[in-house]
Amino acid sequence: MTDFTLPELGEGIASGDVLRVLVKPGDTIAKEQAVLELETDKATIEVPSSIAGVVKDVKVKPGDKVKVGQAILSVEDTAGAEKPAEKPAEKPAAKADDSPPPAVAATSAAKVPDVARPQTDTQKVVDISRGQRPAAEPPAAPDLPPAPAAPSVRRMARELGVDINGVPGSGSSGRISIDDVKAHAKNLMSGAGAASAGAAKGFALPDFSHWGEIDRQPMRAVRRKTAEHLAAAWATIPHVTQHDLADITALEDLRKKYAKQVEEAGGHLTVTAIALKIVAAALKVFPQFNTSIDIAAEEIIFKKYVHIGVAVDTDRGLLVPVVRDVDTKNIIQISVELADLSEKARTRKLSLEEMQGGCFSVSNLGGIGGTSFTPIVNAPEVAILGISRARTEPVYRDGAFVPRLMLPLSLSYDHRAIDGADGARFLRWVADAFEQPFLLALEG
Amino acid sequence: MTSVQVAVIGGGPGGYAAAFLAADLGLTVALIDPEANPGGVCVYRGCIPSKALLHVAQVIDESRHAKAWGVDFGEPKIDLAKLRAFKDAVVARLTGGTGQLAKIRKVQYLRGRAEIIDAHSLRVTFEAGATGDDIVKFEHAIVATGSTPAIPPALAVADPRVMDSTAALDLPDIPKSLLVVGGGYIGLELGTVYARLGSSVTVVEMTDGLLPGADRDLVDVLAKRVGQTMKAVLLKTRVVQMKAEPKGIRVTFEGAAGSDAPKEPLFDRVLVAVGRRPNASVPGLDRTRVRVNDRGFISVDEQMRTAEPSIFAVGDVVGEPMLAHKASHEGRVAVEVIAGANVAFQPRAIPAVVFTDPELAWCGLTEAQAKKANRAVAIAKFPWAASGRAITLDRTDGLTKLVLDADTETVLGVGMVGPGAGELIAEGVLAVEMGATATDLKLAIHPHPTLTETVMESAEVFFGQATHVYRPRRA
Repeated sequence: MTDFTLPELGEGIASGDVLRVLVKPGDTIAKEQAVLELETDKATIEVPSSIAGVVKDVKVKPGDKVKVGQAILSVEDTAGAEKPAEKPAEKPAAKADDSPPPAVAATSAAKVPDVARPQTDTQKVVDISRGQRPAAEPPAAPDLPPAPAAPSVRRMARELGVDINGVPGSGSSGRISIDDVKAHAKNLMSGAGAASAGAAKGFALPDFSHWGEIDRQPMRAVRRKTAEHLAAAWATIPHVTQHDLADITALEDLRKKYAKQVEEAGGHLTVTAIALKIVAAALKVFPQFNTSIDIAAEEIIFKKYVHIGVAVDTDRGLLVPVVRDVDTKNIIQISVELADLSEKARTRKLSLEEMQGGCFSVSNLGGIGGTSFTPIVNAPEVAILGISRARTEPVYRDGAFVPRLMLPLSLSYDHRAIDGADGARFLRWVADAFEQPFLLALEG
Repeated sequence: MTSVQVAVIGGGPGGYAAAFLAADLGLTVALIDPEANPGGVCVYRGCIPSKALLHVAQVIDESRHAKAWGVDFGEPKIDLAKLRAFKDAVVARLTGGTGQLAKIRKVQYLRGRAEIIDAHSLRVTFEAGATGDDIVKFEHAIVATGSTPAIPPALAVADPRVMDSTAALDLPDIPKSLLVVGGGYIGLELGTVYARLGSSVTVVEMTDGLLPGADRDLVDVLAKRVGQTMKAVLLKTRVVQMKAEPKGIRVTFEGAAGSDAPKEPLFDRVLVAVGRRPNASVPGLDRTRVRVNDRGFISVDEQMRTAEPSIFAVGDVVGEPMLAHKASHEGRVAVEVIAGANVAFQPRAIPAVVFTDPELAWCGLTEAQAKKANRAVAIAKFPWAASGRAITLDRTDGLTKLVLDADTETVLGVGMVGPGAGELIAEGVLAVEMGATATDLKLAIHPHPTLTETVMESAEVFFGQATHVYRPRRA
């Protein structure tokens, strides 16, 4: 019993919509017989079967979107039909990554799962297209940018049994050196990275297709990096999230009043821009929030600069461009720069440099909604401010309930570096600054 | 009888590189090959002689081009015997060299053919006049038997005027008309040689483009000049029959509807260059667990091990791309594994060079492969019309392109076409292997005026800031 899968349809065509299924269970089909009518971007085409036999099961129906490689029918082969050839095992990619620190394997029987063939005179002609790799060998992770590591470094990683793609690089733009590989290997073995490595590997997955139709999509670079980074951050940082509300009724009036002036300068006077200014000031009042922890050296690194990352939602995923020296900029300048960075993020013009070097991060989901959330600290920072949607709420003031515009703030912090009391103080100061902007100039 | 730690079957670039490294690492080595010295197809009847002839072809072409610059050499007088002698001398010099290197390293060179007895021994049948130990016991063996030109049945005409690449390299004569069957690199390179020596060359290719596997924008630049060098290039056309007649070889084409393929032309000579088949049928291999896959290659893993633990295989006999430098590197990996290192053959880029005029070269991911894998890439191209060096050479038919990861600007592949592309591509290989980014290429100072600057400026094009090409980056 074999599945007939949708073959390659042509250049650039990865899928199509089923118009008609031309066979039904019980039908006997021949090779090359049309079994499906498919509409693609380019044309309507008939798809011929590559298997002869009796149709046992039709797996698609009119209207379904089908992808190249997807099973269309299951067919009971008649004699002479060829099972689709197994992928040649010449270069099983990414296999070494999961292996423990290896001894040179003596046996290799397991490594060559190939179609058994007697030694006949198979003098096959191979059409040479210079440099072309055989088509049957898909890359292990199609969308992965290669780790920035020289061949010598990759070799060292392999020898130490370390996955080069998981090694954090200390060089510029994340370049990985031999020392980085050795340090990572040591980390893994001492268990410090064990949690993150475990998290990165995840659960053993069941075969989901057993329960219904599935669609596997490769993880794009941004998604993969985000997944790794956040899994590691969550695994190593003990998080506490402090929630508070800031009364921004007065601020909202000011925001509306000065919005035009900022628009003219080329930016938008948003809550995020204002939040950046407030946080920059707060980091001066509470320097322990502008730090990183060096557990290995048992030191806390205090930063004398203030660069703040802002989470931006793009079609590729979450990107965090960094605004530099926020403490030296006024709100107008911050607004303009934010508008520029967000645009760059959305149009793929953000450089790696522009996403590095942050001391603190801000994530504003208020534009979308929500009452509060627990943001994940952007390691190696120690705190992150989450902002949710402002709502008009009844607040008890001077003996009566009055409608006030309340902005929910959620501060997550690394409890190894910051204690609960400080967390509450920091957030209260930030909320107070939202409520009483004069505090920025007074104390910040 | 002799006992060695490593027995290498096949003395081509894969075999002899392996044998020499094994000796350097202190292992006892036997190298078995039927030729007088190591070198294999590459040195005796492939890469080396063809490049020697291609150099001569280029000189002839440049001498004609010089007319435009005020230097007229007139028509060259070609002494074919002397040309053959030069080519033979090149081969002799190299093989003499490899022979000496084998001797100095105390590699036991056995001139003959191997037959595998079992997973730890083989028998050598010596070439006439050669002697040595006929039974070789080995701890490990490396099969590096290479490949052979393929002649499909329809094209197998037992007439000396129908040649394979080996026969063509012997330069029996300069035919008035030559048909080259196959628009791949071998056909185009040899076709170029014969065209420059004076033949009227027709190239016929089954697919709809020359050099399938290379990106079309690069091939287009080459195809334009090839179209001028050759009398005709017939695409989407196949040869269905060839018959030897007294006056020449009669060829029947079958082309796409409306193709301008001539009816049933006569050619003085035909060169069949449609592919090569791996020499996996080593006698006695079936006495071991070594497996041959359904494409005729010996199956190996990334450490070059076959299913038989004591036997490795490298080079053309294990798979594509069938290139000498791939064979050498695989050979060295196999030896390092035998010596106990945990290494594997996992290059990020294997360069490919077509030594036509202009040369075409690429490494790493091609744009076509990226599209097929649905991978987001950015392409940055620099036309050689904007290269100062290219203009001084009066050869602006060239293009350099970078294939970059769209998210990280990492260099995934580099492609070039133009005079000297074959030498220039090495920088691309290093960039891909190091995981360099477009910024790295942009910031590395390339000397001026050279063709290497096209690589640096392609990186500048990516940022929309190339000095010599105005192409601002669109949103």
